[in-house]
Amino acid sequence: MRLNPYKTQKIAFFFLFLATLLIVVPVGLIVVIIIQKGLPAINWQFLSDIPRQGMRAGGIFPAIVGTIYLVLGAIIFALPIGVLAAIYLSEYSKENILTRVIRLAIVNLAGVPSVVYGLFGLALFVVFFKFGASILSGSLTLGIMILPIIITTSREALESVPQSFREVSLSLGASKWQTIRHIVLPNAIPGILTGTILGLGRAAGETAPILFTVAAFYLPLLPKSIFDQAMALPYHLYVISTQVPNVDEKIRYGTALVLLTLVLFMNLVAIIIRYKFRKRKKW
Amino acid sequence: MAKIEVRNLDLWYGDFQALKEVNAVFAERRITAIIGPSGCGKSTMLRVFNRMNDLIEGVRTSGEVFIEQKNILSFETDLVDLRKKVGMVFQRPNPFPLSIYENIVFGQKIHEGSFNRAKLDEIVEASLKSVLLWDELKDKLRKSALSLSLEQKQRLCIARLIAVKPEILLMDEPCSTLDPQSSARIEELMRELKNNYTIIIVTHNMQQAARVSDDTGFMLLGELIEFGRTEDIFTKPKDKRTEDYITGRYG
Repeated sequence: MRLNPYKTQKIAFFFLFLATLLIVVPVGLIVVIIIQKGLPAINWQFLSDIPRQGMRAGGIFPAIVGTIYLVLGAIIFALPIGVLAAIYLSEYSKENILTRVIRLAIVNLAGVPSVVYGLFGLALFVVFFKFGASILSGSLTLGIMILPIIITTSREALESVPQSFREVSLSLGASKWQTIRHIVLPNAIPGILTGTILGLGRAAGETAPILFTVAAFYLPLLPKSIFDQAMALPYHLYVISTQVPNVDEKIRYGTALVLLTLVLFMNLVAIIIRYKFRKRKKW
Repeated sequence: MAKIEVRNLDLWYGDFQALKEVNAVFAERRITAIIGPSGCGKSTMLRVFNRMNDLIEGVRTSGEVFIEQKNILSFETDLVDLRKKVGMVFQRPNPFPLSIYENIVFGQKIHEGSFNRAKLDEIVEASLKSVLLWDELKDKLRKSALSLSLEQKQRLCIARLIAVKPEILLMDEPCSTLDPQSSARIEELMRELKNNYTIIIVTHNMQQAARVSDDTGFMLLGELIEFGRTEDIFTKPKDKRTEDYITGRYG
């Protein structure tokens, strides 16, 4: 039997739509469940107090602070290096074996499991450089992990600046670097910013890379320097979910909600920036 | 007087020879048109004069191109100086996504690092006046250059170029995206500009070449077939191929 094209079209459409729906449902469920179970725990004390009674009560303030420190540290390290590398790759590198190897390395770096970054950070920063388990070691490890994101998005942003802008600038007697500095980079900044924020979100949420390099099981005091250990939200969530018995469900979901909000908020900022600049540019 | 002198110029893109044994003399403060069918090498030739072909990988040139007694194809040529002296107007108007004002002072800021407001204002006014845009735009200098019409954009690009004080203007089909009226006004502007600049225009529009230029060169498959005064080329061409082209037998 031959189906008529309208029927096959409808069937195809149905399955395509179903697949799309299947993607959206888990995202929605995660958000709904976590908000539903976590919201009752959220109050000022929860956000501003230290954990008490073996983390079964009190707040998560040190973990929030730790995560913010780690994310900032990672970005201070990864943003300049990532952007400079992206500029080199998109503007200066010639198409040869070395460049291809570098590109391949970046793609593979993005695919390395995060726990491997953790072990790498332990070996290099904690042990070899003797930074110990510290914010410095953790930030550097997270920084390396998000480098590929920053390099890839920055490169895309740079390459989306029309070639004609570069040509005109050079034809007006600007050097290559002046062209990059005054024309290419300013037009690529929105894209670079978006990539950076996505990287931040990723860094905020990872557990494995900080496991061996910085995260403290329980440390109510705030870190005083970059050589101190710190608590962090993802690891704290892991600890109270699996390592400490009898933690109220409310507290676990409350912690998850704070972490989720932090990450989604950063993604939202990235989306808004991208949207605003996309509306503004007309070429 | 000769402004540019081309001697035995050959150019290859990889294995493909795009220019073959070109010899020509471009006169100062005149408009020279280069005509020919697509792919004949006329844009390539234009891009030799400000060394824009250097941007393409695998380009080789041999021969000499003298601008004011200096061979610009030599390794010692300072490209920044050359491009300040030899400016280019592109096929598609391509203002930067900046304000009108910022577009014009771009060159100045790059070259002088100068941020003297009075001086920059002066340059903007003079440049816009020379492309006959001042009256239209003097009240909206802070507006984005992308909001202008195509013709205004192309004029702005010429103004941006003039602000760098070049001596030679290379125009690569500057009217091909414009409507006939706008084209006519740009041609008018070119006649105005030739009092101060040497202009070389590449065009596939023969009527435009006949209207606007003093000298014309006809190119075919990388060769400069004929070069001379425009009225001679169009009324009594010496070469059969030139005649065939201008009478519309091909191209």
